[in-house]
Amino acid sequence: MAPAAIELKGINKSFGAVHANRDIHIEIPKGTIHGIIGENGAGKSTLMSILYGFYQADSGEIFVDGGKAEIRTPNDAIAAGIGMVHQHFMLVENFTVLENIILGAEGSQLLNAGIARARSELHRLEKDYGLEVDPDAVIEELAVGLQQRVEILKALYRGAEILILDEPTGVLTPAEADHLFRILRMLKDEGKTVVLITHKLREIMAVTDNVSVMRQGTIVATRRTAETTVEELAELMVGRRVLLRVDKGEPNPAAVKLSVKGLTVKDSRGVTMVDGVSFDVRAGEIVGIAGVAGNGQSELIETIAGIRKAISGSVLLDGTPIDVTGAADPGELRDRGLAHVPEDRHHVGLVLPFEENENSMLGYHDDPKFLKGPFLNIDAIRADAREKIRTYDIRPADCRLKTANFSGGNQQKIVLAREMEHDPGVLIVGQPTRGVDVGAIEFIHKQLIAMRDRGKAVLLVSVELDEIRSLSDRILVMFDGRVVGERGPDATEGELGLLMAGVEAREAAE
Amino acid sequence: MSTPYAKLPAWADYGLIPLINLAVAFLVAGLVVLLVGESPVQAATLLLKGAFGSGAGIGYTLYYATSFIFTGLAVAVAFHCGLFNIGGEGQAYIGGLGVAIVCLSFDGVFPWWINFPLAILGSAAIGAFWAMIPAILQAKRGSHIVITTIMFNFIAASLMVYLLVGPLKPMNSMAPQTRTFAQDAWLPKLDWLLELFGATIRSTPLNLSFLLALVMAVVVWVLIWRTKLGYEIRTYGFSPKAAKYAGIGEARIIVVTMMISGALAGMMALNPVMGDQHRLQLDFVTGAGFVGIAVALMGRSHPAGIVPAAILFGMLYQGGAEISFVMPNISRDMIVIIQGLVILFAGALEHMFRPSLQAVLASLAPKSMGMSATKREGA
Repeated sequence: MAPAAIELKGINKSFGAVHANRDIHIEIPKGTIHGIIGENGAGKSTLMSILYGFYQADSGEIFVDGGKAEIRTPNDAIAAGIGMVHQHFMLVENFTVLENIILGAEGSQLLNAGIARARSELHRLEKDYGLEVDPDAVIEELAVGLQQRVEILKALYRGAEILILDEPTGVLTPAEADHLFRILRMLKDEGKTVVLITHKLREIMAVTDNVSVMRQGTIVATRRTAETTVEELAELMVGRRVLLRVDKGEPNPAAVKLSVKGLTVKDSRGVTMVDGVSFDVRAGEIVGIAGVAGNGQSELIETIAGIRKAISGSVLLDGTPIDVTGAADPGELRDRGLAHVPEDRHHVGLVLPFEENENSMLGYHDDPKFLKGPFLNIDAIRADAREKIRTYDIRPADCRLKTANFSGGNQQKIVLAREMEHDPGVLIVGQPTRGVDVGAIEFIHKQLIAMRDRGKAVLLVSVELDEIRSLSDRILVMFDGRVVGERGPDATEGELGLLMAGVEAREAAE
Repeated sequence: MSTPYAKLPAWADYGLIPLINLAVAFLVAGLVVLLVGESPVQAATLLLKGAFGSGAGIGYTLYYATSFIFTGLAVAVAFHCGLFNIGGEGQAYIGGLGVAIVCLSFDGVFPWWINFPLAILGSAAIGAFWAMIPAILQAKRGSHIVITTIMFNFIAASLMVYLLVGPLKPMNSMAPQTRTFAQDAWLPKLDWLLELFGATIRSTPLNLSFLLALVMAVVVWVLIWRTKLGYEIRTYGFSPKAAKYAGIGEARIIVVTMMISGALAGMMALNPVMGDQHRLQLDFVTGAGFVGIAVALMGRSHPAGIVPAAILFGMLYQGGAEISFVMPNISRDMIVIIQGLVILFAGALEHMFRPSLQAVLASLAPKSMGMSATKREGA
């Protein structure tokens, strides 16, 4: 049997007292696609960073193709034939594809020779792997899926035999993701080895040969993908049984709570991000907005929540206008019963250096129950925080702990608890489960359904199509700042995917 | 794994790291002393003796420290809002105008204990006004507050020169200063406080404003950690986006914070003007506004750190004068060098020793370290 493409033996890595990787053993056979799955903070990224030379393991050995490899820097990794495609692309936006590909591998002081060599090499790679990209296109003009292809080409150009992809589908439409998987299979057929890091179980099932599950810094299991199930993997990831389906009854839509008409928003560069969007959200329903990240969903909900200014259009909350083009203020909207769980909880929804109890009142700090005149009523604030910790099962149950020390899921629960407990009439939720572990996802989904069943209007924005489909009573699809279609919760993934990719609604129906 | 390093326990974060930074600053300063051909050990001895060796030394040390507490608190309040107020020097200078106006108007009218609160109000109001203009420029026009507050230092200096050679100068006087206040606009000395510690007293400039400075340290602590305004200031300081999300008005919080900062800087003028010189002179601030930056950095913007840091710098000022007296090779600028080194190590290189200290502590006592929340929670 041929030696494994990668073999890790007893890898340990600690950051201070945090044991990020604990005695990791992994063997990845040559010419396979190997999935590494785990919750946020399980140690996947640390492990891959060690493999790619960003970090040094405290102990343990790495073998590449049977030979012991000393990987101290990314250059060592590249020399050993390991290439990495990062979650956030490392491309120079205003360079062409070719220029990006030779960056760091120019070969000589003068660029022309290198570029010529790269051009012919690129041509060969395109033919072999179906990785078609215009070599002279400027990166910022390429779609995200194509940019990712450039990253893959970059790695292959440097002679990568082993390709690591870190959460590659986060920014892709379902169709683009399918295309990526086709490319990965083609790479595999050519004898390359692919390591796919993800938290999406579906992708693991779709494309990998083997899968390793990480939990709390250790590999808890390695399975042949064909012999495992989504349920088993989810259970291994979380360490207990998880309900993957969302149970919910029929919606009871009542009066219109939130009405958006012709809303147009531009970003700071003057680019139109939201373009004449109109829709209603009724009490007792969840309206989901689907779309690939960056198609105006973020700007839309920020504008409704009063953080961003609109150019034109109107928003009615309970029939009364919100001054979206002028002085709308998040504080005032909160008083009127509009709560907002922002997409970016790290910088917007929470102040990470604060103690938990301080975040537990963020935005509601004008509430007299938290104050004694100009002074904070510390006892009342902490009692309230402890109450929310109990109701929402926030762990660890310590309201004096710094918020940064909570896991992603528990941080999100802090935000949800705060926004829901003030009993708003309208709840706007952005990416409620981004970076949240599977166990907490279940809880958060239940809470959102419970809000709906209490007769609240919920507007949900998520790039996770599964989440939109399982929670929403109506689905709006946004593309390029416009709502390009409305579907029921039974819409198929393919149908929504076409809409998300900007294919006209008529074509999608055919 | 968002934080690559484990958290340090509070005693190390607030105690050990500043001490290490300080020790390194002094080591480097010692090298400089060695370079000019003097003995660092002897210099250090002179420094300590000069600062704490006599009742008078202690009095002077605390007198300087008083000014630094005010300016340190001023810088710290702005830091909590994410603002770098470099204009403490000018705000303190112009604050002297407030003290002088009150004292020149009411000496001979009111006793000191009425003049004192009036002078506090006067200095704070003018200091706040001087900080308000850059704050409004920042909040409404986006002019960077570091640049504008520096420029306002120069404007303050020019304005004071104009006033002290013109309108405020008594007739027939050659000196650019106001007339001496009458005795009922003088702050009581704190000689009795030093006598409590058994010091034999020659007269020192230490005065009542030292106690006011300590009171203001407590007031600042309450403001930052126990009031709604302080909560809003900290929210904005950590994350302007989160502040906006929470409905905290950006312009209001910047202007209010800077006015509080300016008021604290302005109150520094009470110490030299009303407590010691009893007249308004040119350049009475003598760099205290800038020392406040070092004090706030060293004290980690916490009043409990600022007071000892201010006393440390008071010691450097007082002891440094002793050194330059005995060792003519070493000028008072040596203190400026040490001050610069402290800013360098405590401020700019704040994180230099942190990773290694964390590694050391982690290996010594793994259990006492801040484990990540998910780990502590267990499987």
